[in-house]
Amino acid sequence: MALESLDVRRRSATETTSPSARSSVEVAKLIDVSRCIGCKACQAACMEWNDLRDRVGETRGTYQNPPDLSDQSWTLMRFREVELPGKGLAWIIVKDGCLHCADPGCLRACPAPGAVVQFSNGVVDFHEENCIGCGYCQAGCPFNIPRFGARDGKAYKCTLCSDRLAVGLEPACIKTCPTQCLSFGAKADMLRLAAGRVRELQGRGFEEARVYDPPGVSGTHVVYVLPHGDPALYGLPREAGISPLVTLWRSTFARGLGVVTMVSVLVAGFFHWMKVGPVDPDRRADRKEE
Amino acid sequence: MEGTLPPERRGFATDRPPDAIRRYSEAERLTHWAVALLYVALFASGLALFHPFFFWISALFGSPTTMRILHPFLGVSLAVLFFAYASRLWRDNLLLPSDRIWLRRMPGYMNGKDETPVEGKYNAGQKLMYWSMIAFVAGLLLTGLVIWRPYLAPSFGMTARRTAGLLHAVFGFVMFVGIGVHFYAAVWTRGSMRAMTRGWVTRTWARYHHPGWYRRMTGKVAE
Repeated sequence: MALESLDVRRRSATETTSPSARSSVEVAKLIDVSRCIGCKACQAACMEWNDLRDRVGETRGTYQNPPDLSDQSWTLMRFREVELPGKGLAWIIVKDGCLHCADPGCLRACPAPGAVVQFSNGVVDFHEENCIGCGYCQAGCPFNIPRFGARDGKAYKCTLCSDRLAVGLEPACIKTCPTQCLSFGAKADMLRLAAGRVRELQGRGFEEARVYDPPGVSGTHVVYVLPHGDPALYGLPREAGISPLVTLWRSTFARGLGVVTMVSVLVAGFFHWMKVGPVDPDRRADRKEE
Repeated sequence: MEGTLPPERRGFATDRPPDAIRRYSEAERLTHWAVALLYVALFASGLALFHPFFFWISALFGSPTTMRILHPFLGVSLAVLFFAYASRLWRDNLLLPSDRIWLRRMPGYMNGKDETPVEGKYNAGQKLMYWSMIAFVAGLLLTGLVIWRPYLAPSFGMTARRTAGLLHAVFGFVMFVGIGVHFYAAVWTRGSMRAMTRGWVTRTWARYHHPGWYRRMTGKVAE
């Protein structure tokens, strides 16, 4: 839930223009993976601000805890061990959570009006009071983010602290990060900052370092700096994009085709009746009697 | 024709002629209409989830969430009833060589020429409808199971769920065409609707539409 109501860019399952009298600057969260120490302060801050408590689980032999995103864990430090050719073992820690796509697959897939809302600042927010629990947002998401509550059957994910942004505060995870791995601000500023970090990393021998702002979803409002470059090392898709199956399924073309199909059946029936009329052997005057 | 009814049923109105032929049993009729009602509820709720313009239909189910929860249960009920019914009809729906001729002359029939004599209980159009409905109900059931939250969807991969979602919608609309043709044909050939609501057809109806079946039912040759 968010406090913004006049600067909506898009609502799910809504074909008319959303209220957009106001507009605000596009924001972004920058996650510089090279600076993350895996302290999970952001995870704790997310729980604290959003008042969420995940189930106490059991250890699985890694620092990753809880094991996965859930309706109670909207951000998660994922701990990965990877072999880098020629460089040996790398311990990669990635803060996982919603990337707030500029072209959000969840919003396109959602059949419930206003359950997914995109604000002009780029935040993609779920409004759970409109959620019907169908799971289409999961099919739409290229990053496997939305999770459902076991009790309420509603979809949850990172809100980018839309409630804090609305009153001029930064997201809770940003406020708590001790290493400046996380930064927040106008997207243009964050991209400039990211470019600087990449140059710095390249100077330190991370030749492959790059910014992750996938164009397949028209860019995201959570941007990563990946020191080793290849997104797959970080559990991120190399070519992020909404599945063409979902794009087709939820497209205006498909919706129109469905309606045209329905209307054609009605029109064909109506005009066939008007042309030929019914078959009714019982009322034929010339029929032979037994 | 009150004479055809036992005295204790004299209050039940009927225009059934004494020599009418039974076409659909009580069990067949009740199953058919249960499937039909479920189909209407399923298509309406499916349409509400497919196209935002029709989302208001969800209010008829109480709330959008209630509709989303109900839809798959209604779907499984339809499939169970449909296949229970259809499993008794397959023999009458096997395609015969004579069905080719009927199909070839179907456009003529639809444009006012007399119907080609039919060998069995069902004509070639009805048979094709039967087999296509089996395919579409099976297709909708299988794809529907794959996207059934919260019970089954989580155990399928995302590609399977995306494919199933798309196919479910495609099958839904193609089935609508089939049901549209089925419904229109029942209205168009007068007496067919009564066969499914009351169970009987007139001898003239049987002789005209299904002469082979008429012969088997009465031992008489249709002219």
